[in-house]
Amino acid sequence: MGKERCAVIGIGQTKYASTRGDVSMAGLVREAAYRALEDAEMTWQDIDAVVLGKAPDFFEGVMMPELFLADALGCAGKPMLRVHTAGSVGGSTALVATTLVQAGIHDRVLLVGFEKQSESNAMWALSLPQPFSVSINAGAGGYFSPIIRQYMEVSQAPELIGCLVAFKDRQHALKNPYAHLHQKDLTFEQVVDSPMLWEPIRYSETCPSSDGACAMVLGNEATADAADKPVAWVQATAMRSEANNFPGRNDVSPLASRQCAQDLYRQAGIQNPRAEIDMLEMYVPFSWYEPMWLESLGFAEDGQGWRLVEDGSTQLDGGDLPVNCSGGVLSSNPIGASGTIRFAEAALQVRGLAEERQVDGVRRALGHAYGGGAQYFAMWIVGSEKP
Amino acid sequence: MSAKIPKPTALAKPVQLPERIANVEQVRSVRTPISLNYDFIPGQAAQAYLTAFGEKRILGQRSPVDGAVFVPPRGVDPRFGVATTEYVELPDKGHIGSFCVTQVPIPGRDDLELPYISAWIFLDGADIGFIGLVGECDTADCRIGMRVEAVWKDDDQIAQTAENIKWWRPTGEPDVAFDQAGGRGFAARQAARADGTGHASQPNSANPASQ
Repeated sequence: MGKERCAVIGIGQTKYASTRGDVSMAGLVREAAYRALEDAEMTWQDIDAVVLGKAPDFFEGVMMPELFLADALGCAGKPMLRVHTAGSVGGSTALVATTLVQAGIHDRVLLVGFEKQSESNAMWALSLPQPFSVSINAGAGGYFSPIIRQYMEVSQAPELIGCLVAFKDRQHALKNPYAHLHQKDLTFEQVVDSPMLWEPIRYSETCPSSDGACAMVLGNEATADAADKPVAWVQATAMRSEANNFPGRNDVSPLASRQCAQDLYRQAGIQNPRAEIDMLEMYVPFSWYEPMWLESLGFAEDGQGWRLVEDGSTQLDGGDLPVNCSGGVLSSNPIGASGTIRFAEAALQVRGLAEERQVDGVRRALGHAYGGGAQYFAMWIVGSEKP
Repeated sequence: MSAKIPKPTALAKPVQLPERIANVEQVRSVRTPISLNYDFIPGQAAQAYLTAFGEKRILGQRSPVDGAVFVPPRGVDPRFGVATTEYVELPDKGHIGSFCVTQVPIPGRDDLELPYISAWIFLDGADIGFIGLVGECDTADCRIGMRVEAVWKDDDQIAQTAENIKWWRPTGEPDVAFDQAGGRGFAARQAARADGTGHASQPNSANPASQ
């Protein structure tokens, strides 16, 4: 039993900013959706169903926002699905939408990931007290800092690798008009001199808090073949999860992450990801996660991922494996959209529409997202050729 | 600064407000703080843990599959999807699996002086860690593998809450080796259990720092 082919036909993003005070949540998602429809040369009438993802509802304190956003997304009377997988949700949302097309349930699906962090308090939401645990964990940085500390010790990587990643991603962001942070005068020294927040994580090595939405129109083969603009074919998809605390857990390179990547490569027929994948958009909210994920995803041996950072391999300018040409999560973090942006930017690269941040000749790109305590994973490979 | 992003065509036209509200001040945002109080029903394992904790005892649970010890116990071994019913009492000593030196205040904890150390505490005989505050230790002296012990609140302040332990302080004993600290030590602990050198029912004798 074969499955339908699925392709990315349209992509739309809002400008990411700390406060998009000019629009409501509804206005925010509609802006991204309109851009995706225009890119796909479609109208609301062409869409069969909508899939929506965002971080947990208590971030903004609006329960089940998909219900009141249905109107703004033109899907009154149409099927709508909400996806929940914490920080990886933007990626999972794209995968759920892909499934709807591949299963032949819908021909054209609009998917949207969003967050309006200006109307929320993520630090509070991620520090909720529980009776059997002391309330001293300071948000996501407090959680990931001990994991990064272990990686630094295991890999014996030079101390400033994280700063190199942060500086690189902020340079990339200058080429992306949608990116939140445009720090054109930023110097590497400023990144290094930035204060420690969650030692060993500096302020400069963390993601910003952003408002924004990212939308994609996915279509089946007939729809994609009829499109005027280039499309990005979904060649492989994988999702995995694991508990965030169990005996012997490798929290630096979780089993679920490694298995998710292996499943992806098996589907795409990839033997050597470093040679066969042209660029990556990975979920890197704290700079050290770039080398950590490069290892976990099989682009470097364990403990060696930092070398790709150090030798410039992951730079847009001259690197052979550019990572996060969009500026990454380190330059824009509307949480629920952050995974969607990774998946969408990978597709933009394959379509050759990434403008100033385009990598030459991308045939195959990987989009990646993770969430929770580095326990939920969503990944896809998109390419210029049909799978 | 960067390329202009055009508005989507459908949104490019300015919004025309009806005449009667054209001059009304625009509301861009409204803050409506809310609160929600609820009773916490912990379930069997967490209740047993909290009850014992109110007596300054620390309870864990043992996996029926391979003997791994969970603290705090949640009534389940998530690796195998099986219930855990056997309780194990653990000492209030252990080591630091890893830690964070936090420089940012967190909501509801104005009492914490910055910077403070939050650490994953692995009790002797336990196979998972939990978060604890480290005190009586300079931030520069804290290490992965450092041995620590609980500093309890005064007896008249003990309740059924994780806040019973004020913080964990260094014991001064030799560190647990990095490759045996935290989750990395699990395989070695399991091997010790298997060959009888450190049976899991006597957590203290399985102390990885004693080697």
